[in-house]
Amino acid sequence: MTDERRPRLAARAAPYLLVAPAWLWLALFFVVPIATILSMSLMSGNLYEGYSLTWEFGNYAAAVGTYWEQIGRSLVYGACATVLCILIGYPCAYWIAFRGGAYKNAYLLLLLLPMFVSFVLRTISWKAFLADEGVILGTLKGIGLLPEDAYVLNSAPAVVFGLAYNFLPFMVLPVYAVLERMDHRVVEAARDLYAGPVRAFTRVVLPMSLPGVFAGVIMTFIPTSADYVNATVLGGADNTMVGKVIESQYLVNNAYPMAASITFVLMAVLLVGIFSYARALGTERVMEASTR
Amino acid sequence: MTATSAPAPAAAPAPAPARRPRRRVDWGKYFTWAVIVWLLSPIAFMIVFSFNDIKGRHNVTWQGFTLHWYADALAYPDLTRALVNSLLIALLTMVFAGLLGGLLGLALGRYTFRGQGATNLVMFSAISAPEVVMGAGLLSMFLTMNIATGFWTIVVSHVMFSVSFVAITVRARVLALDPSLEEAARDLGASAWTTFRLVTLPMLTPALMAGGLIAFVLSIDDYIITTFVSGNTSTFPLWIWGTTRVGTPPQVNVMGTLIFAVGVLLAVVNAVMARRRA
Repeated sequence: MTDERRPRLAARAAPYLLVAPAWLWLALFFVVPIATILSMSLMSGNLYEGYSLTWEFGNYAAAVGTYWEQIGRSLVYGACATVLCILIGYPCAYWIAFRGGAYKNAYLLLLLLPMFVSFVLRTISWKAFLADEGVILGTLKGIGLLPEDAYVLNSAPAVVFGLAYNFLPFMVLPVYAVLERMDHRVVEAARDLYAGPVRAFTRVVLPMSLPGVFAGVIMTFIPTSADYVNATVLGGADNTMVGKVIESQYLVNNAYPMAASITFVLMAVLLVGIFSYARALGTERVMEASTR
Repeated sequence: MTATSAPAPAAAPAPAPARRPRRRVDWGKYFTWAVIVWLLSPIAFMIVFSFNDIKGRHNVTWQGFTLHWYADALAYPDLTRALVNSLLIALLTMVFAGLLGGLLGLALGRYTFRGQGATNLVMFSAISAPEVVMGAGLLSMFLTMNIATGFWTIVVSHVMFSVSFVAITVRARVLALDPSLEEAARDLGASAWTTFRLVTLPMLTPALMAGGLIAFVLSIDDYIITTFVSGNTSTFPLWIWGTTRVGTPPQVNVMGTLIFAVGVLLAVVNAVMARRRA
């Protein structure tokens, strides 16, 4: 009896044994930390006497009241960068998937090539490249095409383009994956049924590729709106995004409850955004497309 | 029907010559190449300016060719130490995330079990959660538990954010496996463990390697989470960040160029090998 039951028991336990280490890791270092943000955001006290949990909901009011401008700016910049990623990334993904032919993978590799350079280094490279007296602006000013006081850095467009630059692959890849798997004969069928190239695109290709765009929007909007590397390097002091506020509240000011409240507000805003977005489109589809 | 369609063939030849000379311009191709140029311009800048013979602190204008920075690549002991730290952390992350993610991916691809939906949800969250939130959470937890941040807290955090990527890569491979191969091994008398060792594992190796490579790249590139959990330990991205105020030395361009070259070389070798196998 026991001999017969043992293998069945082992077989039933197998998946749990396999997932246990990863579960433990994700629980300890992902779920617990997120919960800690919540508890820390409700603490009061100071660095020298220590902080204690006093359910200080006023922290949230203070966080939003003081930093609403940075939070709003982050969402706007993130949204602009995401739209830019669609406008730039979709045509590229479309052309490679439909016209790339034998060189599809080579083109894709060219688009992913910047990933071989560290994210911070790429951004700093842009800064040196676009410096006021640098290679581009210095040369254009030298031959009189630009006025002496022209600048690109320390402006909102510099930040948005920097964000779009760094996160473009997160839009191109999911869109490409969907377009590449698409049966290209459906486009021919549409053309055979007298749809023009525009109608064939808007009525056939675009609707079928939307899951890829949805996944791409999530994978670019979240990291761009929470990023602060681009804003700090390319945007200067007037374009601070909320990530920078969180970083300096934690690491420079050591104002932990305040820092945790801002983090929680950012997380809540993004979560509400994603849930309403996923609700409108169907959670399953968004999750499936994103984790593929 | 015939009345309306009859004139068509007769009318057709007239507009045709006007349309024929118009050659189709492949705008998509020009657009894609323009985007590629945009993507590669700061990289090209980085490479060219690693040969720039600068006198002062700011490496923004061209002042002549030199190989000096390559000869003197290790001039900053702190930069070298940061790079070594980055490589060690990335290797450890690759091993641990490969192991944990491999097991997780195997379970997700092979079995249906209670908690699968929750597992997928946590994985999806860990992939899409903003880095600044994960970094802030980890630091809050380490502070609350009085754990000093440093080398090992970086490793632990990197394993956390890369494990899901490995799991997804391995899961995809497990789902694509042909079950009859394992059944054949069992029919020929192999035990479950022997089947796994000699049949399943070799078939999963490409996915494990790909997943491990993703973990390595994610780890070596990470800036935001690392800032929160690094304490006094420096990594390559952290060190570069520290120099932005005072002027980034050309050695950073040199290191960046070398890492880029190795990465491209590996990608090309991998692509060629994949083509030969196919």
